[in-house]
Amino acid sequence: MSRKYLAAPYLLWALAFVLIPLGMIVYYGLTDSNGAVTLSNILAISSPEHRKALYLAIGLSLISTVLCLLMGYPLAMILASTGMGKGAFVVLVFILPMWMNFLLRTMAWQTLLEKNGVINNLLGVLGLPPISIINTGGAIILGMIYNFLPFMVLPIHTSLSKIDVNVVNAARDLGANGFQVFFRVILPLSIPGVISGITMVFIPALTTFVISNLLGGSKILLIGNVIEQEFTQTGNWNLGSGLSMVLMIFILVSMITTFITDKEEA
Amino acid sequence: MTKLIDLVNISKSFDDTLVLDDLNLYIRENEFLTLLGPSGCGKTTTLRIIGGFTTPDQGKVIFDGKDITGVAPNKRPLNTVFQKYALFPHMNIEENIAFGLKIKNKPKQYIKDKIQYALKLVNLDGYGKRMPDQLSGGQQQRIAIARAIVNEPKVLLLDEPLGALDLKLRQDMQYELIRLKNELGITFIYVTHDQEEALTMSDTIVVMNQGYIQQIGTPEDIYNEPENAFVADFIGDSNIIPGIMIKDELVEILGHRFACVDTGFGTNKPVDVVIRPEDVELVTPGTGTISGKVSHIIFKGVHYEMEVMAAGFEWLVQSTKMFPVGTEVDIKIDPFNIQIMNKPESEDEEAVKLDE
Repeated sequence: MSRKYLAAPYLLWALAFVLIPLGMIVYYGLTDSNGAVTLSNILAISSPEHRKALYLAIGLSLISTVLCLLMGYPLAMILASTGMGKGAFVVLVFILPMWMNFLLRTMAWQTLLEKNGVINNLLGVLGLPPISIINTGGAIILGMIYNFLPFMVLPIHTSLSKIDVNVVNAARDLGANGFQVFFRVILPLSIPGVISGITMVFIPALTTFVISNLLGGSKILLIGNVIEQEFTQTGNWNLGSGLSMVLMIFILVSMITTFITDKEEA
Repeated sequence: MTKLIDLVNISKSFDDTLVLDDLNLYIRENEFLTLLGPSGCGKTTTLRIIGGFTTPDQGKVIFDGKDITGVAPNKRPLNTVFQKYALFPHMNIEENIAFGLKIKNKPKQYIKDKIQYALKLVNLDGYGKRMPDQLSGGQQQRIAIARAIVNEPKVLLLDEPLGALDLKLRQDMQYELIRLKNELGITFIYVTHDQEEALTMSDTIVVMNQGYIQQIGTPEDIYNEPENAFVADFIGDSNIIPGIMIKDELVEILGHRFACVDTGFGTNKPVDVVIRPEDVELVTPGTGTISGKVSHIIFKGVHYEMEVMAAGFEWLVQSTKMFPVGTEVDIKIDPFNIQIMNKPESEDEEAVKLDE
């Protein structure tokens, strides 16, 4: 009985900082500035500029997620196969940047990529033409990958480390070569890690506005930037809430689809 | 019978620890051979070297006349049953059994027939669509065996396959394995630390300790005529008593002379004498060789286990007759049941000598 009350602080927290704000978003999203119920804030997603921002955000975060997966999976495999001592060191190297402030790390990239930034200065010294990455979709993808790659690597690493080495040995014993062992045993068994990796990269990438603000300048607006501007600059909380709800529903639907397809495959 | 596998001068160390030292062993076709020993004796390493999962530092593995020392596990004509089953958790039972056959691109109908045949063979007909985690430990182990044998290996390697099962199931599975072995007519190499399991199932037992082979022989040889104190002690309970070989067929134990059947030890030579607890006969005072007194008794089900203090030695005795604590008894031993062993001068020497 009394153990129930141990959850009280968390419940209070969840109520104050999750449920009530969520309720407020829903309230603002479904009303206009006079408090009358309307769907216009939600339907506003169909306006060309909002649609463009949403598609761009989806496009860039999808590309980032795929690239994170392609880079992160081999990396996780190397981590899982190196000996305990070495593996722990490499994991540390990967986690280390995560101990630094997210904003600071992204601003560092700004300095690196600027027209007169570190990279272009270096290229100049070498007699090479400068490159312009800053304020492009490419710079945003770079920032997303840099910031979110560890979130892809760690869950995959965890699921790979859980695979019983004898299961891999059994596959080899039954005649499977390296490729067959990977595609028939290791990859299917690591799917849970891949899914949580995708979730942990795709969602923050889709909703980010900091990375696009810093590395995309004001030229590239993602759906996150549009929502941020509605709250902080235009002061139209109703529209901002409505667009947030659309984004939430999109994420919810895509996650549910992912989990269902995964279950059907298994 | 011809040699199927020949291990020649195999040595292996892990991190400066010598696990196998110049091991020589051959396995004959259609033999049930058991590698038996305490943990760390090198038995599993030997099996892994045969399976190809461990490469020896020195020596050769000859299979059917060909050197396969450097051949990868997936290219070897043998299959392994692992200790913890190692079924593929993401595949159902049929897919698990079909794994090796699909890799070899066998026709669909052939695979289907093989699955049916294998499930029948291990008495799990109708379990094909289940997932491994829906099966008990014993059932999973039988599937692991089925998954290995559908590939028709010449040799089946079994790494303590019954280790994780409870006693009753283990005994059932022992009979099951003997039956399978006889039906399939293939060579089994079995690793265990359970001496009873080894005695029950094997044609040949290889007793190992600290990387050396201690004795190779039939279960009867190993049990009745252990070559040294380690084997005698490891295989079942035994009384190991220092003695002196007076001359052929006469040994002195604890100041009393016993007739025995061993010869060739010389005269007045110190030896170790092994007497199994069930071979110590308790008789009424005055009719035996040594007199003593029962100091302990436990009921073990099949028999009573007693400790008898006689001539300054605590004898372990197993008998279906009960003698209460304090009973005066005489000890009598049949000459055939006295096993004489050379005394080792040092533990190392004992191991090395027997390895040759």
